[in-house]
Amino acid sequence: MTRRGVLTAGAAGAVAGGVPVSTSAERREMATMPVRFEVNGKRRELALDPRTTLLDALREHLHLTGTKKGCDHGQCGACTVLVNGVRINSCLSLVVQHQDDKVTTIEGLGTPEKLHPMQAAFVRHDGYQCGYCTPGQICSAVAVLDEIKRGVPSHVQADVTKTARPTNVELRERMSGNICRCGAYSNIAEAMAEVAGAKA
Amino acid sequence: MRSFTYERAADPVTAARAVAQRQGAKFIAGGTNLLDLMKIEIETPTHLVDVQDLGFDRIEATEDGGLRIGALVTNTDLAADKRVRRDYAVLTRAIVAGASGQLRNKATTAGNLLQRTRCPYFYDPSMPCNKRRPGSGCGAIGGYSRQLAVIGGSDKCIATNPSDMAVAMRLLDAKVETIDPQGATRTIPIADFHRLPGDTPHIETALEPGELITAVTLPKPIGGRHVYEKVRDRASYAFAIVSVAAVIAKDGSGRIAAGGLAHKPWRVEAADTALPQGAKAAATALLAGAQPTPDNAFKLPLVERTIAAALDTARSA
Repeated sequence: MTRRGVLTAGAAGAVAGGVPVSTSAERREMATMPVRFEVNGKRRELALDPRTTLLDALREHLHLTGTKKGCDHGQCGACTVLVNGVRINSCLSLVVQHQDDKVTTIEGLGTPEKLHPMQAAFVRHDGYQCGYCTPGQICSAVAVLDEIKRGVPSHVQADVTKTARPTNVELRERMSGNICRCGAYSNIAEAMAEVAGAKA
Repeated sequence: MRSFTYERAADPVTAARAVAQRQGAKFIAGGTNLLDLMKIEIETPTHLVDVQDLGFDRIEATEDGGLRIGALVTNTDLAADKRVRRDYAVLTRAIVAGASGQLRNKATTAGNLLQRTRCPYFYDPSMPCNKRRPGSGCGAIGGYSRQLAVIGGSDKCIATNPSDMAVAMRLLDAKVETIDPQGATRTIPIADFHRLPGDTPHIETALEPGELITAVTLPKPIGGRHVYEKVRDRASYAFAIVSVAAVIAKDGSGRIAAGGLAHKPWRVEAADTALPQGAKAAATALLAGAQPTPDNAFKLPLVERTIAAALDTARSA
């Protein structure tokens, strides 16, 4: 049994224990909305309650559980994914707002056989401990290097008319929306610096 | 989250009508603040009108040498625009001092202006809040008020406006352009856009029901050093305790606006006039009539020091 299987079985047990849930009849009456988008290069079509966030659509409906739910309020960054190449908090976005968008999750960046350079650098530099924030950190890190290349300015730049260099201070500032309670920040910054250096 | 219906509007008047005609309807753009509040049922819209297809996503030069920023331009795109970085650097600096990279990628210009306060009593449904439930009282007055307003508050509300971007917009005398459900347009100076709480803290802006922001315009650039100094509890990704936006000329004259102090970005003409006399004179003018709580009285000397830091940064250029 997978870890997820254990969690699902646990939840089912809680329901049997008398936690109130909506009946299947109620669920049928709930109005759903269609949404069609691309996830990791595959076309996907779903019909969901409009309340469904992009995060819940990815995890609960497409079973792409690499993307994590941390705070569910945009404060921790564990849910970070790329939408049309740009990083966002998937917990603060309704999936119905993503009609025709191209979403990339951690599963779309690399595979165990063929890691994305950022994934490989995280492994080399020990950029995690428990690993819960890691998919969000890696998606964010990939996007940060792209943002620097595209000339997106940051709070720590002395001159905002210039294009920033991927210094340690720059990388740390730009990653401040990704919280790691194990405190792997130094190693994450080193992994990012290595990838940025390799690209330069 | 309460259930709601959802539509994507194809043109601005249809969007405005859809919101005006339906009780409890709201616009949604980036959704970063609205969805956060919907999850804890502080916002409970019955219908969402998604405005992302309305095409207000460009930054264009205006005839009088300024810029027109589409309502849907993201915070990241606005901060990164070459013209903004060159001519309105205080705006770029204010934006990148706020939120996180992920949020700035999704949050829009109009949405940023409309974001709600982060007062902890507004966020806690078990506490009274005249903003969340008019007439229920204010938990912050007499409560934990370290982050809250020191000026412009009322006996109904001492919430602060959380936006960094809005402080720079106020400094630059931006104007908010809108369209209403009848298709009529109007322009609201940023000084009149955000309201003081008074007896109706739940009414936060000058917008009428269904009135939709289409753009924010900036007048032609003003020369001088553009500075945004933000003081907060951690170095990144935190709301301001006090912030100061300033444009300072070589002779020491200029203008300032402050964040973290009031229900709206705080700007006082007398403070601009006093600037050449230094931070103390400017802070005294800016804070005339302040009524801090014991928890947040520290903000008053902090304003003077933050202005001093801004003047220092301007001089060291």
